[in-house]
Amino acid sequence: MSSDMYKEIILDYYKNPRNKGTLESPQSVARDSNPLCGDVVEMQLNFSDGKVSEIKFNGDGCAISQASASMLTEVVMGKTIEEVRKIDKNVLLENLGSPNLGAVRIKCALLPLKVMKTALYQYLGESITREESNSLS
Amino acid sequence: MLEPEIAAHPLDLEKIRLDFPILKRTVHGKRLVYLDNAATTQKPQQVIDAISDYYSNYNSNIHRSVHLLAEEATEAFENTRLKVQNFINAQSTDEIVFTKNATEALNVAARCTTSSLKPGDKIVVTEMDHHSNFVPWQQIAKEKRAQLEIVFTTEDYEIDESDLESKLDGAKIFAFTHMSNVLGTINNARKFTRIAHEKGALVVLDGAQSAPHIPVNVQDIGCDYFALSAHKMLGPTGVGCLYGKRDLLLKAPPFLLGGDMIREVHRDRTTWNDLPWKFEAGTSNIADVIAFAAALDYLTRLGMKNLQIHEQEICKAVLAELSKIEDLEIYGPKDPERRGAVFAFNLGGIHAHDIASILDAEGIAIRSGHHCAQILMEKLGVPATSRASFYLYNGYDDVDALSKGLHKVREVLN
Ligand SMILES: Cc1ncc(COP(=O)(O)O)c(C=O)c1O
Repeated sequence: MSSDMYKEIILDYYKNPRNKGTLESPQSVARDSNPLCGDVVEMQLNFSDGKVSEIKFNGDGCAISQASASMLTEVVMGKTIEEVRKIDKNVLLENLGSPNLGAVRIKCALLPLKVMKTALYQYLGESITREESNSLS
Repeated sequence: MLEPEIAAHPLDLEKIRLDFPILKRTVHGKRLVYLDNAATTQKPQQVIDAISDYYSNYNSNIHRSVHLLAEEATEAFENTRLKVQNFINAQSTDEIVFTKNATEALNVAARCTTSSLKPGDKIVVTEMDHHSNFVPWQQIAKEKRAQLEIVFTTEDYEIDESDLESKLDGAKIFAFTHMSNVLGTINNARKFTRIAHEKGALVVLDGAQSAPHIPVNVQDIGCDYFALSAHKMLGPTGVGCLYGKRDLLLKAPPFLLGGDMIREVHRDRTTWNDLPWKFEAGTSNIADVIAFAAALDYLTRLGMKNLQIHEQEICKAVLAELSKIEDLEIYGPKDPERRGAVFAFNLGGIHAHDIASILDAEGIAIRSGHHCAQILMEKLGVPATSRASFYLYNGYDDVDALSKGLHKVREVLN
């Protein structure tokens, strides 16, 4: 294996992205970019009965950011709002197979989570705290 | 392994590599293959020693005190100036101003050349300029309500000469790069300077990439200003130089104001120090300027002509090897005589940072991103590229490693 970074999970989501695309009329949309790689990630969500009922991502960028976004949509799908709130950096990285990303590339993996959280809070009429935002960038 | 195409190779790589302690280290358990030289080069022991020699034996401020340490430090500092003068063939040491890097040198040049600019006056730059030789001009143009014209790059990655001719009409300043840090293009600085002068424009040449790699003769080129960065040519970080023609520097206003750059200070007025000190306010980066002399000695001993021949051979090998990789596109001239050994490329749809990370795991250091040239990226129609850049300690083994590494990238991500 060439690197601890490109874990099988990451390569799988990169090569076969799940939930990539757009929703017809999403209840919440957020989008952000990462100035280092120029990665762009957009998340679109629908909710019903206090749960995530639909989610799609769209974007452009490196394998890490795009794989992370795709993986995250699968993790979030069907979860309650309270469960989604609890998804943090550690949960995300664990789900990616705990890749050894280093201080720079970790930003690529975290971007989709920040975007997804932003979309969630937007739906709830809240905004992301500075603390959480810092932990994700 | 690739075999050298010429029998008598101009540089003894085995011997040279022994001078660079960092080349002994490993990266992720692999031999370090350092191909990020356009960003900064590694330092030979001679330069590292010169820094510690200064701090261990004659650390002192320069120009001001009369004790022996100050005398030794001042002499060593001014000695570097003389070496820079000789290295680029300036007419006198008055024409060599120390700055902290090429960026600062270009900012000083921009201030020197624009103090009497009028609204509507024209400044010309090119699409292949580094942000350091673009943003200062753009901002000054805004400030002075001057016009900024950007000369096109051709499909062959050269400056578009007919566009240049027409944009230079009525121009006051032409600022351009001697060698592109992305495309590798070596511009015909002498010819472009002549054209600009015929049209009455001053010429500011960004030599950050040329001075480390090809022989530079500012008098032969005829440019009015020339900027370089020590750290890109074996020297320490924190040192740059601005060359300016003496009569122009004499007339230009100082850039930073304060200590050292003055002759007399009165309650109501101040007069400026002689050249070049008029442009060197405050305590300079003494240790690193002194150590830069060791870098210049190193380059001079090898010979810039030999270095250029070495890099042309590397260019041939890189162009040959990379052309074998499917879907790999190089953004730059194909003729090794017209380019330096810096290669920006993309590989299929693979993101530049993924390429860099996989190569890093193989011990290969390259750069990925926009390389401080967003105007050029926009022109090329790509958000980013990977960039491998070679120097005097790189050999065919490094070209080979890069090529193997890129095959690995394809394997992992395809
Ligand atoms: C062509 C060119 N000009 C200017 C610069 C700026 O050099 P520095 O960052 O040392 O000021 C660079 C370095 O990246 C360069 O490649």
